[in-house]
Amino acid sequence: MIEAAQAAAATGAVVSLVLILVAIVLTAASGLPGLFVARRSARGQWVAAVMTVLGAAIGLAGAGLAFTKRGVGPLELPFTVMGGRPVLAMDSLSALFLVPVFLVGALGCLYGLGYWPQSRHARTGAKLRLFWGLLLAGMTLLIVARNGLVFLLGWEVMALSAFFLISTEDHRAPCRQAGWIYLIATHAGTLALFAMFALWRWSTGSYELSAAAAEGMSPAARNGVFVLALLGFGLKAGVMPLHFWLPAAHANAPSHVSAILSGVMLKIGVYGLVRVFSLLPGPPPAWGGVILLLAAISALLGVVFALGQHDLKRLLAYHSVENIGIILMGLGLAMLGRSLQRPDWVVLGLAGCLLHVWNHSFFKSLLFFCAGSVVQGARTRQIDRLGGLARTMPWTAMLFLVGAVAICGLPPLNGFISELLVYLGLLRGVVAPDGVGSAVAIVAPVLAIVGALAVACFVKVYGAVFLGHSRTPAAAGAREAPLSMRAPAMVLGAACVVIGLAPIAVAPLLDAGIADWMPELGSSAIPLGDLVPLGALSVTATALAAVIVVAVVLLARRRRAVRGVGTWDCGYARPTGRMQYTASSFAQSIVALFHWVLRTRTQGPRVDNAFPAATWMHTHVDDLVLDRVLLPAAEAVGGWFRWFHRFQQGLTHRYVLYVLVTVILLFLWAALGALS
Amino acid sequence: MIDTLVHITLLLVLPPLLLGVINKTKAWFAGRAGPPVLQTYYDLAKLLRKGLVISETTTWIFLAGPVVTLAAVLLAGLLIPLGRFDAPIAFTGDLILFAYLFGLARFFTTAAALDTGSAFEGMGAAREVTFACLSEPAMFFGLLVLAKASGSLNLTAMLHGPAGGFAMSAFAPLVCVSIGLFVVLLAETCRIPVDDPNTHLELTMIHEVMVLDHSGPLLGVILYAASLKLFVLGTLLLHVIAPFRAPAPWLNGPLFVLEMLALAGVIGVVESTRARLPMRHVPLLLVAAILFCGFGFILMVR
Repeated sequence: MIEAAQAAAATGAVVSLVLILVAIVLTAASGLPGLFVARRSARGQWVAAVMTVLGAAIGLAGAGLAFTKRGVGPLELPFTVMGGRPVLAMDSLSALFLVPVFLVGALGCLYGLGYWPQSRHARTGAKLRLFWGLLLAGMTLLIVARNGLVFLLGWEVMALSAFFLISTEDHRAPCRQAGWIYLIATHAGTLALFAMFALWRWSTGSYELSAAAAEGMSPAARNGVFVLALLGFGLKAGVMPLHFWLPAAHANAPSHVSAILSGVMLKIGVYGLVRVFSLLPGPPPAWGGVILLLAAISALLGVVFALGQHDLKRLLAYHSVENIGIILMGLGLAMLGRSLQRPDWVVLGLAGCLLHVWNHSFFKSLLFFCAGSVVQGARTRQIDRLGGLARTMPWTAMLFLVGAVAICGLPPLNGFISELLVYLGLLRGVVAPDGVGSAVAIVAPVLAIVGALAVACFVKVYGAVFLGHSRTPAAAGAREAPLSMRAPAMVLGAACVVIGLAPIAVAPLLDAGIADWMPELGSSAIPLGDLVPLGALSVTATALAAVIVVAVVLLARRRRAVRGVGTWDCGYARPTGRMQYTASSFAQSIVALFHWVLRTRTQGPRVDNAFPAATWMHTHVDDLVLDRVLLPAAEAVGGWFRWFHRFQQGLTHRYVLYVLVTVILLFLWAALGALS
Repeated sequence: MIDTLVHITLLLVLPPLLLGVINKTKAWFAGRAGPPVLQTYYDLAKLLRKGLVISETTTWIFLAGPVVTLAAVLLAGLLIPLGRFDAPIAFTGDLILFAYLFGLARFFTTAAALDTGSAFEGMGAAREVTFACLSEPAMFFGLLVLAKASGSLNLTAMLHGPAGGFAMSAFAPLVCVSIGLFVVLLAETCRIPVDDPNTHLELTMIHEVMVLDHSGPLLGVILYAASLKLFVLGTLLLHVIAPFRAPAPWLNGPLFVLEMLALAGVIGVVESTRARLPMRHVPLLLVAAILFCGFGFILMVR
């Protein structure tokens, strides 16, 4: 009976996968019609939007079906690649990662209608939409791939589309530079993945990604796969020493591109790690330890570097590094739990990891959407040139606030729930009688510092950008974003609120993902609801939110208030925008605490007499890896090869001469060989 | 049910009294008569009857700051057991919610300060978030020690300790933690030596300068929330330094009130005998708190 059911499942019923394939085709093709219409015509963008939203809806339906375990394949593709038929399959883990791809993909495309309309960006609009569709298709393909080569195909489509998206405005030098650095970084990562899949093939005999294939791997090969995966996927995910491409790329891309890069593409790196580690049974504890360490470094330094930034989008980009750190804390804990036979760590760690993947993709995309509205409204990304936008852009300010509270992990929004899961996993170690748990729990205070720093950073951003006086006329005259840009952000904001208030709704999905990640857990898997009091959390969070909303509304309606006066400020008659605290000053005391790693560069003339003339000051925080290690190292290597310039002077006839000389030398060598 | 009612009543009524006791102690040290012990209640009653002045620079965040702070601190007060009574709301992991509620309060207090567009209030907000970055890990180390000592992740069980009281081996770590938590209490509630609630020089203030522009009922809410925060964090500390049990159950309530007032007296003594630290030395004090709690943790798990 069971065998018959299994056979039926194996032969027929691949509905979920078929839906996903349709979604891949629709999204991949969404930008094509736009190439064939007139540059000034808006028809292309509407076709692209309809196709992307339709594809995403179909894809979401497919992902939803996968949670019910119906029609998930595997599906063998009807052709052969390097001696094997590539296999596609769905499971809950794939579905969990597909949801942000389709959701943010569709919402970003709609946001683009208002933010990057064809009428204003005739030169770049069609290109952006073409690669947007390809990016979505590439990511979807690699998530359902169960074959190393198909995975790499999807990976490269994604990586290259992202390059073209980052360098959308390729007439601007910073965009080109960000694009090149990204391209180098992503190809270094791809190289590691090529090596990883080659190693996989060598030790298992096929490119098929299945746990059964990995059974026969030697421990050395497993360690090799671990290191290469960490390198390749870590570069994409932006783990701390490998994050160097990320700040410039996210800052210089159009904002909805930043949203999908930060909200979704980084998570594909996480997906790679989660997937590959799920296939390697019985990991040594050191793996989990390494991941936890990297995670703690990413989380702490990510937020510290974010505090030092003056550019709104660069700041948000560094926060992605921080959040990837939090995600990896969950993953590291789950790996340790797997090594040490602690199902509660696996459940809490992986649930925290997967939920934070969702949460971060929602609130980070929301924040980038709002940042885009700010950039469009006030024409600058410099935090210290904004201010007071809450009065001119009330919707954007409200939505940004939701994102900011969520990303700080504060109750009652969704960031708190996923951080709570990670915390609980870490803390369960300390109550257990053995010593390993206590060592793991050391990460909890690190997460606490990260939380406090994140609050500091987002108060700085929110206060400097949206509150107080406007610092420039441009900020004072900012216009609210159109509905086409606000509506997608509202959907994401609603998702943040719903997950925060009713985490119980996502618990079954997370349970399914955990079961797929660690099949050997089987019946010893503990449902998430048994480890975390989701109901109690829901009730308290809802009560807190309700009390706050009611009280603020009542207060705002209070009649007995004197309005229309300026800020008292201990008796200033005419406070102006230039007198208020700047974002840089706000962060200065924390930046000073972390001077040992930030090493802020300050430029400007010394002010020494009592009546100085107009003066200026400029501070800059260099990136830890790119500006302080990689670029100087590249300079040095370039210096060593300077002697080579004597031979390489761009004269064709010289090069031909070298060829001739080489051929003659080869002849001589051959002749000498024949003589002796 | 009765316990819950007693808990809520104590939580709502007692906090302003602590400020009165602190001020009375300080006055006694200075040889003054000082304001009446109930002065804070009179102030609150006066402020609630007054009107509001709202700067035209501000938005609704300015109103939300005090309200969110009060709501968050009240909820934190419902999560923590008072003396021997159980907390009305208790679940696994409520310690994280407890700690993060203060983060929520801080977010909105500092945002409301920045909303006025005043340099002074920005300065206060910057100091508040900076010092919180150091007091937060100290508090977490302290909570870790309590979790380890009691074997539980539920504030009520953690703070009440195991059935037979904390083990002897937990004694040294708990001493370390109580020192660290006392510093955290002083920093979080903006007391000397971190901040001076009585100062009148805006440049050197932290908490008071953030709320310069709030007036009337909003100022009352802020004053009340500050006393509530002192009460809640003081309760946390009392569990560590005075885990006493009254001989009869009905005596537990009065015992707790007495302990609380004694703690307020101690804070008053510290305020009277210590000078406020220079602002640049405050991080050192807080790092010392982290070290105390961290060493407590290491002693606990060794």
